[in-house]
Amino acid sequence: MRRVRLRLLIFAVFFAAGFAIPPAMARGVYLTPQEFLQQSLGSSDHVSQALWLEEVDKLRAREIFKREYPGFRVRYWQEGETTAWIFDEIGKTRSITFGVVVEGKQIKNIRVLQFRESRGSEIRHPFFTQQFIGLSLKGQSGGLSQSVDGITGATLSVRAAIRVARFALYLSGRTAPNQQVAMDD
Amino acid sequence: MKRSLITMSIAGLLALYAGFAQAAEDEVTMAEVMALLKAQQAEIEQLKKQLVNTNQKVEATAGAVESVASTAESYAKVADWADKTHLGGYGELHYNDKENGKTDEVDNHRFVLFVEHEFSDDVRFVSEVELEHSIAGDGQNGEVEVEQAYIEWDFAKNHSATFGQFLLPVGIINETHEPDSFYGVERNPVEKNIIPATWWEAGVKLHGELAAALSYDLAIHSGLETDISGSKAFDIRGGREKVSQASAEDFAYTGRIKYTGVAGLELALAVQYQEDITQGLGADEASALFWESHFAYQAGDFALRGLYASWDIDGDEAESFGRDEQDGWYIEPSYRLTPKLGVFARYSEWDVTAGSNADTEVEQIDLGLNYWLVENVVFKVDWADQSNGDGDSFNLGLGWSF
Repeated sequence: MRRVRLRLLIFAVFFAAGFAIPPAMARGVYLTPQEFLQQSLGSSDHVSQALWLEEVDKLRAREIFKREYPGFRVRYWQEGETTAWIFDEIGKTRSITFGVVVEGKQIKNIRVLQFRESRGSEIRHPFFTQQFIGLSLKGQSGGLSQSVDGITGATLSVRAAIRVARFALYLSGRTAPNQQVAMDD
Repeated sequence: MKRSLITMSIAGLLALYAGFAQAAEDEVTMAEVMALLKAQQAEIEQLKKQLVNTNQKVEATAGAVESVASTAESYAKVADWADKTHLGGYGELHYNDKENGKTDEVDNHRFVLFVEHEFSDDVRFVSEVELEHSIAGDGQNGEVEVEQAYIEWDFAKNHSATFGQFLLPVGIINETHEPDSFYGVERNPVEKNIIPATWWEAGVKLHGELAAALSYDLAIHSGLETDISGSKAFDIRGGREKVSQASAEDFAYTGRIKYTGVAGLELALAVQYQEDITQGLGADEASALFWESHFAYQAGDFALRGLYASWDIDGDEAESFGRDEQDGWYIEPSYRLTPKLGVFARYSEWDVTAGSNADTEVEQIDLGLNYWLVENVVFKVDWADQSNGDGDSFNLGLGWSF
């Protein structure tokens, strides 16, 4: 009987502790695209532009993502030499929304806008994302100029971040005036 | 006056002639009109037929469109279901060239499929079914096991509750054990014998973040049921009931704190209390306290992980078998020579009868390498050398996950 009471008490404390936490915004939304653009480019009013993917781009995308990249064009935002990109990439089973800022040929910032996986959300923290700052593409391999230290138990999310960073760096190098077409938001 | 009459007469005659001429002309036009009317009537009849045909075609087209729309809706439902349902799996095939007179083996050690389904943005189902050793059934070596089957509910941002059968939050490989994620053909002996991985129970678990990169797990779940006599008495690994008509007289409680606030670093401490690991079979209550702590660190191509785990079991019966204390630890450095090739070494010590006076501690040194053909397909080779044990072996492995 004493043990039953103890269990009931533990259950009660358990749920009280758990459900006392106030519900927040939708699961895993850490930054909206507008907030990301505001922080990255100083304004969320920028008109997005489109980079049409040529065959060579599709090949590079397939090399990076190990699958066909859907769509004919990629949307991005630009302020001077700074470009901002938003991608969805699968970690293990669900997509993670990343925002990547590229200045010149280097990553200026990478953020997790929305995380939908069950595990691995630690990749959103600055201790992880700061590793990407200043990285560029390395030679013909298209790899990052330095290795990124992973997180135990978040391997697939880490890999998704690396793929997205590589693709943003590659595409930023492809942004030329004659390839840009204004898109409606 | 006479001239006027003559003129009027002529005019009248002319008018009369014109009237007759017009009348004759009108008779011809009427015939033509009748012909025209007949032609038009025929055309109307033809158009009516065409209209009937057209209506039939419109009906047929509408039916086809509705059918397509209905099919598209069905496809949309299927696509929506498929989008919310995820399939995955992993497997590993081993070859063990064993020393000390043991028979060499080739073994399809694990074949695992998992299915996840999202009921909504914050409620999902997760399952994992495993076939061990290729064939299951009476007299066969293998087993079909449900390793995980639970409902996960995100009740608040960065906090979730799990209800059902889940992997316990202990050790390094208990929750994440896809073969491409660790070194060595076989899972390390300390986590296998002391923790004991892979270990699942049924119950309720809370998971969440206390602060940035500081997470917690709290679980109330079913407990172990060890034998109380024979060679397997109070053997932790043998005490897993695997939620198969498991005795639930005595529960267990697990908590873990994990810190991942430095790139490449994980620090974790787990504690578990078992009310009675014999589920009341013994003469005295065999409550048990389990501790586990580990670190995993990666810096560039170099990685280092280490783990310590111990059991402290109450009661004279467990003590009489020397099983009142059981513990082990290991340390494993590794290095990626290339993005595809990594080498590792591991030193392990464990003792499942550490409470006895006899020297029963087993030591094992592993050396080996992994070659990742692609990120999720790995070939493995290693050598295991034991002291105070008979598990020396040369091993080859193939592992994959998706």
